[in-house]
Amino acid sequence: MNTNPTTTVMENDDDVAAPVLLSPLALTWRKFKRHRIAYISLYVVGLIYLMAIFGEFLTTSDIHKTSTRRAFAPPMGIHLFAPNEDGSSRFQLHAKGLKLEIDKVAMRRVFAEDEEKIIPLGFFVKGYEYKVLGLFSSNTHFFGPVNPRDTVFLMGADRLGRDIMSRIIIGTRVSMSIGLVGVIVSLFIGVTLGGISGFFGGWVDNLIQRLIEFIRSIPTIPLWMGLAAAIPLSWPPLKTYFVVTLIVSMIGWTSLAREVRGKFLSLRYEDFIIAARLDGLSNMEVIRKHMVPSFSSHIIASLTLAVPLMILAETSLSFLGVGLQPPVVSWGTLLKEAQNVRTIIEAPWLLIAPATMIVVAVLALNFLGDGLRDAADPHAH
Amino acid sequence: MMGFCLRRILYMIPTLFLVSIVTFVIIQLPPGDYLDSLAADMGESGSDNTAVIETLRQQYGLGQPMYVQYYKWMKGILLYGNFGISFEKNVLVTDLIWDRLGWTFGISILTLLFIWITALPIGIYSAVRKYSFGDYTATFFGFIGLAVPNFLLALLMMYISFKYFGQSVGGLVSPEYIGEPWTYAKFIDLLKHIWMPIVVVGTSGAAALIRIMRANLLDELYRPYVATARAKGMSEFQLLMKYPVRVALNPFISTIGWILPSLVSGEIIVAVVMNLPTTGPLLLRALLVQDMYLAGSLILIVSLLTVIGTLISDLLLAWIDPRIRYQ
Amino acid sequence: MQPTPMPTDSMAPDIAKAEGLPLLEIAGLKTQFFTDDGIVKAVNGVDLSIYSNRTLCVLGESGCGKSILARSILRIVDAPGRITDGSIVYRAADGRTVDLAAARHGSRELRSIRGNDIAMIFQEPMSSLGPITRIGKQITETILLHQKISKAEARETAIELLDKVGIPKPTERFEAYPFELSGGMRQRAMIAMALSCRPRLLIADEPTTALDVTTQAQILDLIDELKEELEMGVMLITHDLGVVAEVAEDVAVMYMGKVVEKSDVYSIFENPQHPYTRALLESVPRIGVTKRDRLPAIRGMVPHPLATPSGCSFRTRCDSYMPSVCDKHQPALVEHEGSQVACFLHSRETADD
Repeated sequence: MNTNPTTTVMENDDDVAAPVLLSPLALTWRKFKRHRIAYISLYVVGLIYLMAIFGEFLTTSDIHKTSTRRAFAPPMGIHLFAPNEDGSSRFQLHAKGLKLEIDKVAMRRVFAEDEEKIIPLGFFVKGYEYKVLGLFSSNTHFFGPVNPRDTVFLMGADRLGRDIMSRIIIGTRVSMSIGLVGVIVSLFIGVTLGGISGFFGGWVDNLIQRLIEFIRSIPTIPLWMGLAAAIPLSWPPLKTYFVVTLIVSMIGWTSLAREVRGKFLSLRYEDFIIAARLDGLSNMEVIRKHMVPSFSSHIIASLTLAVPLMILAETSLSFLGVGLQPPVVSWGTLLKEAQNVRTIIEAPWLLIAPATMIVVAVLALNFLGDGLRDAADPHAH
Repeated sequence: MMGFCLRRILYMIPTLFLVSIVTFVIIQLPPGDYLDSLAADMGESGSDNTAVIETLRQQYGLGQPMYVQYYKWMKGILLYGNFGISFEKNVLVTDLIWDRLGWTFGISILTLLFIWITALPIGIYSAVRKYSFGDYTATFFGFIGLAVPNFLLALLMMYISFKYFGQSVGGLVSPEYIGEPWTYAKFIDLLKHIWMPIVVVGTSGAAALIRIMRANLLDELYRPYVATARAKGMSEFQLLMKYPVRVALNPFISTIGWILPSLVSGEIIVAVVMNLPTTGPLLLRALLVQDMYLAGSLILIVSLLTVIGTLISDLLLAWIDPRIRYQ
Repeated sequence: MQPTPMPTDSMAPDIAKAEGLPLLEIAGLKTQFFTDDGIVKAVNGVDLSIYSNRTLCVLGESGCGKSILARSILRIVDAPGRITDGSIVYRAADGRTVDLAAARHGSRELRSIRGNDIAMIFQEPMSSLGPITRIGKQITETILLHQKISKAEARETAIELLDKVGIPKPTERFEAYPFELSGGMRQRAMIAMALSCRPRLLIADEPTTALDVTTQAQILDLIDELKEELEMGVMLITHDLGVVAEVAEDVAVMYMGKVVEKSDVYSIFENPQHPYTRALLESVPRIGVTKRDRLPAIRGMVPHPLATPSGCSFRTRCDSYMPSVCDKHQPALVEHEGSQVACFLHSRETADD
């Protein structure tokens, strides 16, 4: 009781160097880095967002360029050595052209590799014109056919003969940004309502809880289907995009609000919060200086985990044909092309290529969020 | 406990009221109605049926203010159990939906059981043996489960079973049993089919619950009361089950509240892909052709049953955690 | 501020010396935490003996390793901490000895001792009781774990115990949840739980810190009474000199993971040898001594556990610091005027590894 020495400030003759103490943020970061998969995922997510920003630079052909002769063209392999005329071979990245043949037995057309036609490939080649960040024009592409008139289908073509890989790259923009915008919307609503609910309690809490309960108890897919089906087909793509984002963010905020509320409720009677109040801090100050910092890491982790949910939501809706509509290119609208088993068996790349992309993006975001949450976990040793 | 139950049930009433309004607004949102698309169809076939359309419009009360339509619809439901008619099929909605709703909820509940049976032990194992090989494996599969949307999983499984087993999957029973009376053979055939939607719908939920259980348990594992139990001389397994797991179960159970809606959602979208005779395809079709009473009734009942599911999970929670019922 | 009562004279006779073989003998115990920043030597070579029917008070500031010492005995130190060296020899009723430090984690032997032979009372009664299990169940559970009796009998014993530790309406409280009880009642329930198998050694880790002074006194009296009745050895961990004076027969003063002075309670209060013990005693207000303006405090702060000073760990705060003596070697715990003390003022014997 009274044996705790009150430390009177005296000359410090302590000759023992105190160990360097890391700030909480640095500690979290160190713990995060130890979670290898999460750490790698950070870079993967970064790369995917870079891809979303500089999409056109990475594409090999214009995503709207159709070619009926190339409908359902299979993925082309990249070959390293091209034969010279004299029979020797030289190093030249290239793909082989395709020719149409008729399979007499199955009575349908099939593509075969045309050994004669060589499509040379290279880095930083000239291609179709596009705008970087919507600001300045360029026609340089990272990788593609050296001759701009050639087309190459590294991941195959769809039923209109459009390049799947380019479409996936461009689709990244819509799909990934829906996740991001949706999360910002839900962060705003969730933290505000959750905070109010948890901090003030009483009837306000009750009202907000009923609202959340209401929204959560409606199965999302039928609700979204209903809402999304109400979007007139005549709307401009941008408007549809924002409405879909709003619909999608309707899930995110409720769980976030619940989490924030829970934290507020459990923190409300913690000693350090009561102490802060007794020190005369206003409600806002208590929230800002003491409560939010004590759970912000959890919020960041939850946000990261909400992004993939929204990406999946958009994908599901667009897949059903009630979300984004073509010609908008998103991973969901790409998957819509692979809606029945027959098509998939005919052209599996229609399913596999965008599906892989979705899984990679969602996995990376999940690992990242999980790593962040683990790093922020105060109980973890 | 009685008081708590009563209060929770009373809270449900405004929720249900809101559900009905929102549902109604949603189905009214699209401009035009079914008769417009009917008229357009008729117009295409060259016949002029304005008079017929008008009669129909009068009969269904379409074109009246929304609240009048809502009132009529609700009155029919509450007093006569009449959910209106399906314009497209020209039959009572009630004749169409019960069978399909039954399947949707049957599959959803089976899926819930599947999720519990898999998620609980794996989640506990993952937390107790944190950062072990098993934990990483469970976590990895969990993440895959989360990352693959269930319609994609459905497509993949159908593709695989078609390509490698030469088997066309879809539906709940083989075509030869459709419409046949129930026999043992048909039941076995059902089992052969039904596991696939259950696994497909349940994977993401199971993955999520594994993570929740792991996180909850990790929160509890280092609490002082665990040391107390250890100091009593209980074995690790005993004390794990009696203390931290029981406490961690509390938030775990509350997840039923949200997992049920998401299962129903999942079932609906998977049903579209796998062509199951459940709510999914019916709802999608109804929404696309603006068969509003059918779509509205489906959303309404599905939501209603989910709200009841949530209620049950809340009551269960109060039964398990005494701190809640004394609040 | 609570004045420190001096041990009363009536206690003097039975304090004289401990007889017989110790119940528990700790020798050279080291418990270390392997953290990311380095190794924290929470318990750094402790020798202690606990005897039946005697109370040993382990005294020290927060963070000196006294709680970890207690947890080491029951082997409930959480990772990343573990015992790296030393022995904890427990002498069972039948004379058999068990080295708890060497017992396998979770082994049957260890479990049969925990809760049955050695029981522990924890510091925070709120978080140390299972939050959603009824009090009664938590007590009967311990009994059923170690004794072959029926549930009904266990229930009866538990209610008796609740009554004994002074919980009113024990039959009703048996059905209560921890959150329905006040702090004092919870701690009593905790004590009932610890005593449920009539342990031979009771470890109490700051059992009264979270309680108000009145309840504190009641709880201490209760522990003392039960000690007499059950002839238990008691190890009481505290930072409160008042508590020490009230209940202790033996005292061990800890500083930075080491015992710096060890003696009977009289010698500690009358004739403290170690500068740290002296400083502790001086920093306590006394009734009757009024001429001081300011209560002396121990200078400086406890060093960071990862930055242990070389030589004697107390030297950075010691008024009797002797340059080139205290910072070169660690003093050994040696006999001096009836106490054991680790200080170069009294002996130049060193204890470097």
